[in-house]
Amino acid sequence: MVIKNFSSKPRAAFFDFACCEGCQLTVLQLDDRLLELMAHVEIIEWRQVMSGRGDKYDIAFCEGGVVRNEDVDRIRSIRDRTDILAALGSCASIACHNSLRNEWNVEYAIKHVYGENAGDFDLIPVRPISEVVEVDYQATGCPVSLKEFVTVFEHILTGKIYRPPNDPVCRECKQNDYVCVYEKGRICLGPVTRCGCGAACVAHGDACHGCRGLVDDANTDAVFKALEPKSRHTIMEQMVRKNRLTETDLMKKLSIYDPPKKPENGKE
Amino acid sequence: MAHHADIHIHHMSRVEGHGDIHARIREGAIEEIKFSVVEAPRFFEVFLKGKHYAEAVHIVSRICGVCAVSHRLAGLKAAENAFGVKVSRQTERLRRLALNGEILCSHILHLYFLCTPDYLGVSSVFPLAESDPETLKRAIRLKRLGYEICAVTAGRHTHPTGMETGGFSFVHSEKALQDLKKQLEDAIEDIEAAVEFFRLVTLPSFERETEYVSLKNQDRYAFYDGRLYSSDDVSALSIQYRDLIKEYTVSHSNARHARWRRPEYMTGALARLNNNQEQISLLGRGAMSALNLNTPLHNPFLNIYAQIVECAHCVQSSIELIDKILDNGIRKSDELTVFQPRKGRGVGAIEAPRGLLLHDFEYDGDGICTDVNLVIPTAQNMANLEADMREYATEIIDQSESEIARRLQMLARAYDPCISCSVH
Repeated sequence: MVIKNFSSKPRAAFFDFACCEGCQLTVLQLDDRLLELMAHVEIIEWRQVMSGRGDKYDIAFCEGGVVRNEDVDRIRSIRDRTDILAALGSCASIACHNSLRNEWNVEYAIKHVYGENAGDFDLIPVRPISEVVEVDYQATGCPVSLKEFVTVFEHILTGKIYRPPNDPVCRECKQNDYVCVYEKGRICLGPVTRCGCGAACVAHGDACHGCRGLVDDANTDAVFKALEPKSRHTIMEQMVRKNRLTETDLMKKLSIYDPPKKPENGKE
Repeated sequence: MAHHADIHIHHMSRVEGHGDIHARIREGAIEEIKFSVVEAPRFFEVFLKGKHYAEAVHIVSRICGVCAVSHRLAGLKAAENAFGVKVSRQTERLRRLALNGEILCSHILHLYFLCTPDYLGVSSVFPLAESDPETLKRAIRLKRLGYEICAVTAGRHTHPTGMETGGFSFVHSEKALQDLKKQLEDAIEDIEAAVEFFRLVTLPSFERETEYVSLKNQDRYAFYDGRLYSSDDVSALSIQYRDLIKEYTVSHSNARHARWRRPEYMTGALARLNNNQEQISLLGRGAMSALNLNTPLHNPFLNIYAQIVECAHCVQSSIELIDKILDNGIRKSDELTVFQPRKGRGVGAIEAPRGLLLHDFEYDGDGICTDVNLVIPTAQNMANLEADMREYATEIIDQSESEIARRLQMLARAYDPCISCSVH
């Protein structure tokens, strides 16, 4: 982990890999505050909103996942040219739904989408950039939480280590007095998901889908157990029966954003 | 004069996603010209198979950060059409409002943040903080208004949280809608100033008539619903799109191209305005006359002007929608329609900010997706963009190589490509 005290205005850049670019758009939603932040750094490369390229950077924010061999080369080159690398959002830090492709045969996937005349995409198993190169800071979320981005930004500028919150989303629901999603008879990944979003989805009647990834040492067994038909919680029981849910279903749901890491996909 | 040149623009800037432009000029003639989408494919059409419909609508908005609401809506409509769900009028109006918000937001982002630097000769919009702070503040205000509309109606802009199959998962606040209406009324002044700002911009004069494809609806400007329509005077139900629109793979691009009547067609704001000028609101009409626009418009650079007209339209149409919603009062029972999934196929057709978007889903009896096809606006536009680039480059062949490269990027930018989407 690189911690740095800047003597002059640091040169910053934004990059993206396979993703929806929603995290960069979220950063643009800072609007006036973005101009304030920009007073503290010199942005020398941000393809989405400006022309021009940089060579060396003090801070590189990277969004998206690595899906091809060329992406590996590109992220390594960025890593070599920057002092600090910050992973922006879930695709970059924990893989996100991009990695659902890993469950499928690659040749089948290409043929299905591009037909018989498909070219060669040089695909590799999908990984977050944090599994390919060393990442100094990371902010998860789909999209990234604006508040957390600003916090990470401040930590970088002041040379502090950033430790993401390690409580489940349930904490934020309680703080905001939101009715528990389980009370409504729906599955919610809040109990095992890292908070920091203000329970944004639950706030609008949705369930937590786990986009910020699992808390450290998440007790997923407890969630599974709560869903077992023999569980004493009647609401859960009804829900499981109604939705015909199994442990595999829940595992699948958990893997949309934070898939289990396979050893062969380890860091290089 | 570029008699002999090889233009290669790698990862062109100020667009959403990664695209390259290649042009080969020999003896003063264009030998080859291509727009290569080099964005990494993500294979949504593969991994959505086997997913429950409720999970699928959550995932599809992640196709694009700029038009997440459109993708969510297209996915919802596909499921609702397949399951025979009829949403309440209140839900429909709130959805139209959300879509207006996204279109306003996306157009303002494109107009000011991505395009304006081309016409002011700067690398990004940020230097305006010093040189023309009022314009930048206005752009930010209008963009924020778009986000605000989405926040009130759909939870947030990227990615919406409260939109479900059958309606909404939360009860909308009348107070928030009243506040929103006030903001929209205040924004009319900003819209008029924006029209004036862009009126003074000189757009390149270039014309190439083509086929214009959009939704079309007799009753209202077709963003949320309508029949598929081609300016070659063909119209059809969205479920029939496979018989008409042919998608095909090209070797130089990761986005599938498409054709309907002609080898290429255009979709997006310009196509919508050409096909639906009669349904544009009064404020939009005002913008059209201030910008001196008379349809049909055949200059692709005018897509920028068509977007301003649509911004004006969205502001007025949003005020009218809020009035109607508030007149009836928000009814909790109208927020969500109860239904049972069933086996079948559904196509959700929406006008996303960049044009016609189709989500085609097949489900089994439990509502599990068994087949998925997604037809994306930017991908549909690619063949037309290349045809425009070829003809435009021929017209400006006397310019220097760097000037040709600059203008080709301006042309591609005018299309407002959303490249991540186009690959999905």
